[in-house]
Amino acid sequence: MRPRRISADLKVFGRNYLRNGVGLFFSLIFPVILIGLFGLIFSSGGTTTVTLYTQNYDHASNVSVELLAALNATGAVHVQLVDPSQNLSSWLGENGHPVGLVIPSGLAAAYLAHRPFAVTLYTNPTDQASSGIAAAAVNGVLTQFNLNASHGSVILFATPANVGSPLFTEIDYLVPGLIGFSILTSPMFAMVDISSTYRKEGLFRQLSLTPLTKGEWLTSKILWYILLTVISAGLMIGVGVLYFGAHLTLSVDMLPFLVLGPFFFVSLGMLAGSVARTPESAAVIGNIITFPMMFLSGTFFPVSMFPPGLQAFARILPLYYVIDGLNQVMLFHNLTAAAIDLAIILAASVVVFILAIVAFKWRES
Amino acid sequence: MADAVEVHGLTKTYGTLTAVGGIDFTVPEGKVFAFLGPNGAGKTTTVEILEGLRRRTGGDVRVLGLDPWEDGRELHAKVGVIPQEFRFFEKIHPVEAIEYYAALFGTRVDAHALLRRVELEDKARARFETLSGGQKQKLGLALSLANDPTICFLDEPTTGLDPQARRAIWQVIRDLRSEGRTVFLTTHYLEEAQILADQVAIIDHGRIIARGTPDEIIAQHGRPPRLRVQASPGMAPYLREALGVTATVAHNYVEIPLPTKHEALRILGALEASGVPWEGFATVTDTLEDVFVQLVGHMDDGVLKSEVAR
Repeated sequence: MRPRRISADLKVFGRNYLRNGVGLFFSLIFPVILIGLFGLIFSSGGTTTVTLYTQNYDHASNVSVELLAALNATGAVHVQLVDPSQNLSSWLGENGHPVGLVIPSGLAAAYLAHRPFAVTLYTNPTDQASSGIAAAAVNGVLTQFNLNASHGSVILFATPANVGSPLFTEIDYLVPGLIGFSILTSPMFAMVDISSTYRKEGLFRQLSLTPLTKGEWLTSKILWYILLTVISAGLMIGVGVLYFGAHLTLSVDMLPFLVLGPFFFVSLGMLAGSVARTPESAAVIGNIITFPMMFLSGTFFPVSMFPPGLQAFARILPLYYVIDGLNQVMLFHNLTAAAIDLAIILAASVVVFILAIVAFKWRES
Repeated sequence: MADAVEVHGLTKTYGTLTAVGGIDFTVPEGKVFAFLGPNGAGKTTTVEILEGLRRRTGGDVRVLGLDPWEDGRELHAKVGVIPQEFRFFEKIHPVEAIEYYAALFGTRVDAHALLRRVELEDKARARFETLSGGQKQKLGLALSLANDPTICFLDEPTTGLDPQARRAIWQVIRDLRSEGRTVFLTTHYLEEAQILADQVAIIDHGRIIARGTPDEIIAQHGRPPRLRVQASPGMAPYLREALGVTATVAHNYVEIPLPTKHEALRILGALEASGVPWEGFATVTDTLEDVFVQLVGHMDDGVLKSEVAR
């Protein structure tokens, strides 16, 4: 492996790629369009009334009952009482509810004595809409109660708190999913095509007459698609976070997946194209590999939403581990789970890379 | 002088089909060698075996002392190749292509000087896909020189080119020879081989059927020189009777074998004495093309044309 030859090949391949707008469109623009489309679909489901899950530890008093009645009367929230034995924060997180309210005991006594007293309002930053509605309703009702009792001095107030485990919305899953989609599709389709057209046009034979090795050539393709993937992931994250308010953690822990993903799929595309005898069969083999993964690896919907059989199937798809790894890093902060995903992709990548080098022929015997 | 290419008993079979059936030839260093043959004769198969692109079935092949298939990487550093119908990355400019090759070979190349040499400098910044067939071949030639090769394999470098582009490539081939490089040329144009080649081999049905310098091949396989006279057909029987020669009629002229130049005087004297009107005369010798057609009996794609006036 000579870096000089790899970089020379990377430069020529990159130039050729950039001057051909089609590849660039599918690598960079198309995934962003998908984010936009799905983001709009998912964010259009507007809610009318937000259910406010409430624990009332001061249930003996009239004040708390009146407070809850006033909240219901706003029409913005609907109070739903929750068993006081639960830890509301984790209960909300587990059940996927964005907002909740805790009224500690002693509310009535403090209110009547004009003593400052706090209720706790749980909201979820990933669901800005519900959280905003609930906060407005609770603060509005509390202000009204304060006015009634003491002409405006603050007695009751809400302490904000976050729901125990973050609640993820579709757009949060969509960004890592579509990063995975683009890690899969742009190298796979390109490499299957390259493997057959280069063979047909004699470009491999020509390159075989130079000191460039197959390993160097494939490495340069991998580096190119890593570069495209990083840029494309950046664009998707940007649009997802800035425009659709996706709640994602950005960290360098994402990078191994953005590197190994293209490493795996460039190699796999080359392998698929090389075992095929004709360009047509190369395309068929490429599609058979690509299409199930495109939909069943957690690209558009989280795998956890699938029925159990399909979930088991997803786990044999290599892309599942890329997307799951990205989810673990960007959403769940579970680096142990991410490391397992990473190990699986790394092992698979090395095997497929070696198979691809062996399978594809510069020259025929 | 050592031989740049040595081929002994080379065979190549595809299943039951024999493409090359045991051929021998050598190419001396620093010479232009033309390898000729009709389509399907085994020409390109042989060239690709020499280039290390194809594996031979049997026999021994050495290029610059190396086995092209086994020692391909070592050999390719010293070899320049234009494959038939040279292709490159569509959106890449000639200058970039040369810089790419130079980087791959680790050589220092003045890309513009090289493009000037093959008369492609005006297209230095044009995308490959916009180049004409001739310009693409010229780029192929330039790339084959990017590693300063000892031997160049040019597989039909001028096919489909206009006369001007063809001459430009001829000049490059002559320059390569004068720089001491060996040139292995295949071509459909026999006058090209006759003009450029020091040595020629003709392959047909996988076997070498003629070998030597163009003059040797013509002397060996061609007809003797002839005196060609523009005259009415009646001249032929007259000459046969008067001189006892085998005068033949072809088109508008009569041809008389010319074993020695002195014979011409006797024939011209008889012409004058005949009283039959005649116009002009010329001595004609067979060209490589005449010999080729005679030996091979056919040219299967009609490319055989003398486009070059001598």
